[in-house]
Amino acid sequence: MGGDMTASAERLLRVEGLRTSFHTREGVLRAVDDLSFTVDQGRTLGIVGESGSGKSVAMLSLLGLIPMPPGRIEGGRALFGGRDLLRCTARELRRVRGREISMIFQDPMTALNPFMTIGAQLTEPLTVHEGIGRRAARGRAIAALEEVGIQDAEERLRSYPHEFSGGMRQRVMIAMALITRPRLLIADEPTTALDVTVQAQILELIRRLQGELGMAVVLITHDLGVVAAVCEDVVVMYAGRALESASAVGLFAQPRHPYTSALLASLPTLRGRGAELYTIPGMPPDLTEPRAGCPFAPRCEHAAEICGASPVLEETAPGHWTACVRVQRGELPVEALRVAGEDEGLRAP
Amino acid sequence: MHMTRYVVRQLASFIPVLFVIITLTFFLVRLAPGGPFSSEKALSAEALAQINAHYNLDAPLWRQYVDYLAGLARGDLGPSMKQPSRSVSEWIAYKFPASLELGLYGLLFALCVGLPAGILAAWRPNTWTDQLPMALAMAGICIPNFVLGPLLVYVFSLRLQWLPVAQWDGFAHKILPAVTLGAVYAAYIARLSRAALLDVLSQDFIRTARAKGLSEPRVVLRHALRGGLQPVVSFLGPAAAGIITGSFVVENIFRVPGLGTEFVKAAMNRDYTMILGTVLFFAVLIMLFNLAVDVVQAWLDPRLRHG
Repeated sequence: MGGDMTASAERLLRVEGLRTSFHTREGVLRAVDDLSFTVDQGRTLGIVGESGSGKSVAMLSLLGLIPMPPGRIEGGRALFGGRDLLRCTARELRRVRGREISMIFQDPMTALNPFMTIGAQLTEPLTVHEGIGRRAARGRAIAALEEVGIQDAEERLRSYPHEFSGGMRQRVMIAMALITRPRLLIADEPTTALDVTVQAQILELIRRLQGELGMAVVLITHDLGVVAAVCEDVVVMYAGRALESASAVGLFAQPRHPYTSALLASLPTLRGRGAELYTIPGMPPDLTEPRAGCPFAPRCEHAAEICGASPVLEETAPGHWTACVRVQRGELPVEALRVAGEDEGLRAP
Repeated sequence: MHMTRYVVRQLASFIPVLFVIITLTFFLVRLAPGGPFSSEKALSAEALAQINAHYNLDAPLWRQYVDYLAGLARGDLGPSMKQPSRSVSEWIAYKFPASLELGLYGLLFALCVGLPAGILAAWRPNTWTDQLPMALAMAGICIPNFVLGPLLVYVFSLRLQWLPVAQWDGFAHKILPAVTLGAVYAAYIARLSRAALLDVLSQDFIRTARAKGLSEPRVVLRHALRGGLQPVVSFLGPAAAGIITGSFVVENIFRVPGLGTEFVKAAMNRDYTMILGTVLFFAVLIMLFNLAVDVVQAWLDPRLRHG
């Protein structure tokens, strides 16, 4: 959330003005453009956006996992535990990764090393970060597998990833990410590649472990249903920027940005059976083009002349921030953004 | 368990393949103009007939073929037609050890230079630690061994006088020929391992490894190298069979009493039995090494072990 908010003691991560770009032959692609948000201890922040909106790149930037070159972090701060992650040395960042901040990824089929046993991969964060012996690490690995609901954990340590199903592999990923008891888990579309039935189990598992470990979670997703199910706070991203930031309850009750309302309107669950689904006209913008003003304006049904000015997140209701200039000025009544039929559809938890 | 059955099945499949190789070689060699004794002008007609009778060359071709197969079934490769002091098997047994030893040194050199060069290059692609080893590798592929050999002799034997010029004696005699023989293989191994490592390093599980906070050496050596070795192993199978059976060029530059020279001599002399014997020997080696490749690949990649 941009602007000057009161510093809270339970603030875990505070990202300000993050800008990441990729310098390619086709030009400079601004993947993340002045992104700010905060994550509070023990809470779940959902970062929602279409493919290419910069949500994953933003998170990878924090951990120094952007391939450089061509990637480059052009500016910003990311305060975590008293230091700025964007200014840490490679060695300092390595001590954060997998120890204080863990990350799990979209495709559990490719995210685990096919050449190594589950046991070898599970114990690696322990041996690297805590320097504990092989036997103790093995014990912790068995406990970690049991914690994520994998049967015959001791046997399974000798298995290879290809011997597991997709859902099981994601459980292994989660066990591996949490084995060091990190303070923050970044989950990059953890359920996108899984069967619908497995999706709910994985989300439930993350939710349960979050409660047990008291860690914070950043959940990257393009699925508003997932946000409604597990997130307390939401940032809506578009073209590398945050357009809206609010509590999940507040966002679903009353979106304050036309893009968010268009996203909600596109949800199949909100429509009657047989009705045509709503789609947002146009395509996401080409991020290599220089641009000014609101990035969503070309596709926005409420766009006006004023949208040529660059918007900044502003608090237009308590705890609810929007980057829509027209909403900020009161030109666009937020009631106009209310989604028809939302009451029978999605509900915030 | 799977592996043993696989190896046995593969070994059984060698027999029909060898049969085809022998048959093709047997008849192709006869298609070449001339014969083992056609260049010996001094031979009288009677003497020639006698020799032909001795080596069964006067029989109809199909008969010779059947007789040769019958000999093979008894493990007899026949006498050498041009170097009758030894049988073909004895010639191979006599000449192979030097080639094998030289080949193993060459292979060792190729691995010890090629692999680290490939890893170093993949470490930071498109920097000088990539470009320098890759330029050297390109040179290694482009410079033929009949240029490299004399060049090494000139520098290390004649100029610096560190190593002997030629002959097959102590270990010092084996260094220059091994390097000459192994250079091109080192170059290929460097290029193959670089490409394969870069491919593996771009995969999702490498990002996972980095996200765990592992150091770069650990990411490359522990997480990427196994996958990066696969193409190298595939290349090494047939390459090793070639390298240990000797190189005509290297053996002649350094006066190494190896099998490579016999191979070429046999072909030039139309020494039919010797050609067949060396081809057969080479074919068996290639097949054995390819089988070894399969076994090593399965050891490298657990996904290949079942199924």
